[in-house]
Amino acid sequence: MKAVRKYLDKVKPQFQKGGRFEKFHSTFDAFETFLFVPDTVTIKGSHIRDPLDMKRTMSVVIIALMPALLFGMWNVGYQYHLSVGSEAGIWENFWFGFLKVLPIIIVSYVSGLGVEFIFAQYRGHEVNEGFLVSGMLIPLIVPVNIPLWMVAVATIFAVTIGKEAFGGTGMNIFNPALLTRAFLFFAYPAQITGDLVWISGLTGNAQVVDGFSGATPLSSAALGMFDKIPPLSDLFFGFIPGSIGETSKLAILIGAFILLATGIGSWRIMLSTLLGGIIMTLIFNAFGANEYMKIDALTQIMLGGFLFGAVFMATDPVTASQTNRGKWIYGFLTGVFAILIRVFNPAYPEGMMLAILLMNTFAPLIDYYVVQANIKKRLKRVKLAVENK
Amino acid sequence: MSANNKSNQEPLFSAKNTKLLKKPFNLENPITVQVLGICSALAVTVQMKPAIVMALSVTIVTGFSNLLISFLRDTIPARIRIIVQLVVVAALVIIVDQILKAYLYDVSKKLSVFVGLIITNCILMGRLEAFAMGNKPWPSFLDGIGNGIGYGAILVIVAFFRELLGSGKIYGYDVIPKVVFETGYVNNGLMILPPMALITIGVIIWLQRSRNRELVDKS
Repeated sequence: MKAVRKYLDKVKPQFQKGGRFEKFHSTFDAFETFLFVPDTVTIKGSHIRDPLDMKRTMSVVIIALMPALLFGMWNVGYQYHLSVGSEAGIWENFWFGFLKVLPIIIVSYVSGLGVEFIFAQYRGHEVNEGFLVSGMLIPLIVPVNIPLWMVAVATIFAVTIGKEAFGGTGMNIFNPALLTRAFLFFAYPAQITGDLVWISGLTGNAQVVDGFSGATPLSSAALGMFDKIPPLSDLFFGFIPGSIGETSKLAILIGAFILLATGIGSWRIMLSTLLGGIIMTLIFNAFGANEYMKIDALTQIMLGGFLFGAVFMATDPVTASQTNRGKWIYGFLTGVFAILIRVFNPAYPEGMMLAILLMNTFAPLIDYYVVQANIKKRLKRVKLAVENK
Repeated sequence: MSANNKSNQEPLFSAKNTKLLKKPFNLENPITVQVLGICSALAVTVQMKPAIVMALSVTIVTGFSNLLISFLRDTIPARIRIIVQLVVVAALVIIVDQILKAYLYDVSKKLSVFVGLIITNCILMGRLEAFAMGNKPWPSFLDGIGNGIGYGAILVIVAFFRELLGSGKIYGYDVIPKVVFETGYVNNGLMILPPMALITIGVIIWLQRSRNRELVDKS
C-alpha cells in the first residue's frame, strides 16, 4: 500500500494545475480517493469533516451486498447442476457461477464507469462515486442468462439518461440500477422474463431433467400455479431460480444488518416497506377474491425481489425521501404498490421494481408536503404563544 | 401589386424573410424550444413513412393557413378571430386528409386521427396568433412553412432512431443485416413504445441546449 501511495505522490504534480496531464485531473482524483481517504481538512471556522466520505459509504454498501453476491454465484452453479441432473460440490457450484457472473459485473462496471468518466472529463468535475454501488447492484438484479451487450446498453442508457442528464450523482430522480432493469424489462422482455432465462445455459431445446422447470416462484405465482411455489425454507435460504442476487433472503438480511449497524441504510424505509407489503397482503387476504390474494404475507414477502428491493434499492439515499416522516410514507407506499402491481397485473410479475421507480418520482413531493406541514405546525405554535402572552 | 412600385418592394427572399424560414430549425424550433405539438410527435414517430407524411401535411397546413389568415387579418373582427382561424385550418386539414385517403391510404390509416388532430395542433394556432395576424402574407407564408419544416425535422429525426433501433428498418426497408441478428442482436422493444419518443425528444433538447447556451433558462 505504501508503494502505491509513493507512486501516486510522485505522479500527482503532473495531474495538478500546470501539469502535463491536467486534463485528466478528475480521472486521477477518482483513483486516488478510491484508494486512500482524502486528507482534505477545513481551514476556517469550526467545521468538522467526517472522514466517512461518499466513497467510504459506498464501500460499506458493497460489503453489505457481498453475501447476496456470493450466494448468488453459488446458486447459479447449483441451479445449473440441478437442471442437468448432476451432482456437484460447493466449490464446483461456486466456481461455475463465478465464471458466469463475473463477466456481467465487469460489463456493468466498465460501461457505467466509462460514461461517468467521460462526463466528468467533459464537464471538468470529479468523477462521481455513485456508480460504485449501482455497478454492483445491476448484476444482482438481472437473470444470469442475460446477453452481456444488453447489460452494457441498458447501463449506458440508465447512467446517461437517468443520472448524467439530471446532473450526476446526487441529482438523479431514479435509482440507476433499477432504471437499468426497467430498460431491459421493456426493451428486451424475452431476455428477462419467462422460464428459460434464470438458469445458466437453459434454452428452448436444452436437455433438462424430467419435471424441472426454470420458472421462478414469482412467475409461477403470476401464472396461477400456486402449488409450484417451493416451501418457505427454500425461499428463505434461496435454493430457487431468480435474479442473481435476490434469491437468498438470508444473505439479504445479513446485508441489511450491516447497513443498519453502520447506520448507512435507513431503518425507517426498510421497516415501513415491509409493513406496507404485509398490510397490503393482509387486506388482500381479507378479500380473498382469487388465489393470488390468498397467499400469506410471509410467502408474499419472500417471493421475488421484494426484500432485496426494500433493503438495497428503496433505501438509496438520493432517490428516497429525505425527511423522517417522508421516509415512512415513501417506504410504506413502496410496499403497498409492490404487492398491488404483483397481484393485479400478472404482465408485470415483479412489482417491486415498478413500485420503487414510481415512488422515486413522488419522493420529492412527499418531502415537500412533510416540510410544509411542519412549517404550518410551527407557525401555529408561535401564533398560540404570541396570543397567550 | 403594380409594376411601377416593384422597386420599393423588398425581394422575395430577403435576409429578413429567409430568417423566418431558418429560425424554426434551431433557436425557435416549435418542438424542442417552444415545446408545442408534442402529442403528435410522440404518436406518429414509430416509423419514418408516417412521420414524413405527417411532417408534410403539417407544413402545408401551417403554410397555407398562415397565408390565408394573413390576407384576412384586417377584415377579421378581433372577437371572433379564433373561430375564423379554426374554420380556415379545418378546411385545409380536411383537404389534406382527403388527399391522403385518396392517394396514400395505408399511411392515412396509420396516422388515423392524428391528421384530423392537426386542427388542434398548438403550433398552428400559435403561429396564426403570433405571426399571421400581424404580418403581410408572404412573410407569414414563409413563417408557416419554416415552422412546419422545423416541426417535421424533429419528427423525422425521432422516427429515424425509433424505426432503426425499434424495428431494425429505415423507411420500411430492412437495414440491419441478418448476420447481426444471428449473433444475438435483438430489436429494442422500448423504442416502439411512446415513452422512448419522449426520451428521444428529451435527448435532442438536451443536446441542443448544451450547444446553444442562450436557450438555457436562467434560474
